[in-house]
Amino acid sequence: MQAPIEYYLVLSAVLFAIGVAGVVIRRDVIVILMSIELMLNAVNLTFIAFSRFMGSVEGQVIVFFVMTVAAAEAVVGLAIVISVFRFRQTLDPRDMQLLKW
Amino acid sequence: MIVFFILAFLTLLFSLLVVTQRNVVHSAMALAATLFVMAVLFLTLDAPMLGVLQILVYAGAIMILILFVIMLLNPLSIEARPAAWWMLGSLGAAALCLQLAALVHRPAVSAEAAVPASFGGPESIAQSLFTDFALPFGLASVLLLVAIIGAVALAQRQR
Repeated sequence: MQAPIEYYLVLSAVLFAIGVAGVVIRRDVIVILMSIELMLNAVNLTFIAFSRFMGSVEGQVIVFFVMTVAAAEAVVGLAIVISVFRFRQTLDPRDMQLLKW
Repeated sequence: MIVFFILAFLTLLFSLLVVTQRNVVHSAMALAATLFVMAVLFLTLDAPMLGVLQILVYAGAIMILILFVIMLLNPLSIEARPAAWWMLGSLGAAALCLQLAALVHRPAVSAEAAVPASFGGPESIAQSLFTDFALPFGLASVLLLVAIIGAVALAQRQR
C-alpha cells in the first residue's frame, strides 16, 4: 500500500531542516555545500510526491531542471572553493569575508 | 507503507550523519548513501527515470566531484563550533521543521491519482520536456555550458 502524501511531505520538511542545520552549524565550506544539496533533494522529494498524487508528470520535469541547476551550482561552488583555498589555505567560511560589509 | 518507513528512517539517519560527522569524507559518504536511499524513495513514487538520474547525476557525478575536491585540498580537520552554536542551529532547524510540518496538516491532495503504467518513464518525461518545456530545456543547456566555462576559469592556475 502506498503511503499517504502527508508522510512524504513531513519527511521532506525534516530533511530540509537538517540541511538548514548543517549550513548553520558546520564550519567547513564543503560540508555547507553538501547540506545545500540535501535541501535541494528535500524539495525534489516534495515535487515528485505531488507529481505522483496529482497524476501530472510536470513535477518530475521540474525536478529534472532542479538537478541540472544543482549540478551547475555544485561545479561552480567547488571551483570557488578550490580558488579560495589556493590563495588562503583555508576552508573556514569565517576567513572568507573579503566582501563582507 | 512499511517500505516507506524503512526508507524514511534510513534517509534521516544518513542525512543526520552528513551534518554530525567530524570527518569530511565520512560526511560525503553519508550524503552519497542519503542520495541512494532517496533514489529508492523516488522509485516508490513511480518516478523510475528520476530515480536513475538521481543515482547517475547526484550519487555518481556530483559526489565524485566533491570527493575529488576533498582529496585535492586535503583539508585539515576544522575545530567544531561551540556547543552554543549546535544548540542554536538545532533549535532553529527544529522550529523550521515544525513550521513546515504544520503546513502539511491540511492535505491538499488526499487520494492518489490514477496514472498510466508509463507514468514517470523516459517517454512521458521526454514528451513533456520537448513540448511544454522546450525553452527551459534550452536555457538549462546554456546554464550547464556557462557553468563548465566558469568552473574552468575559476579553478585554473592563474598565470
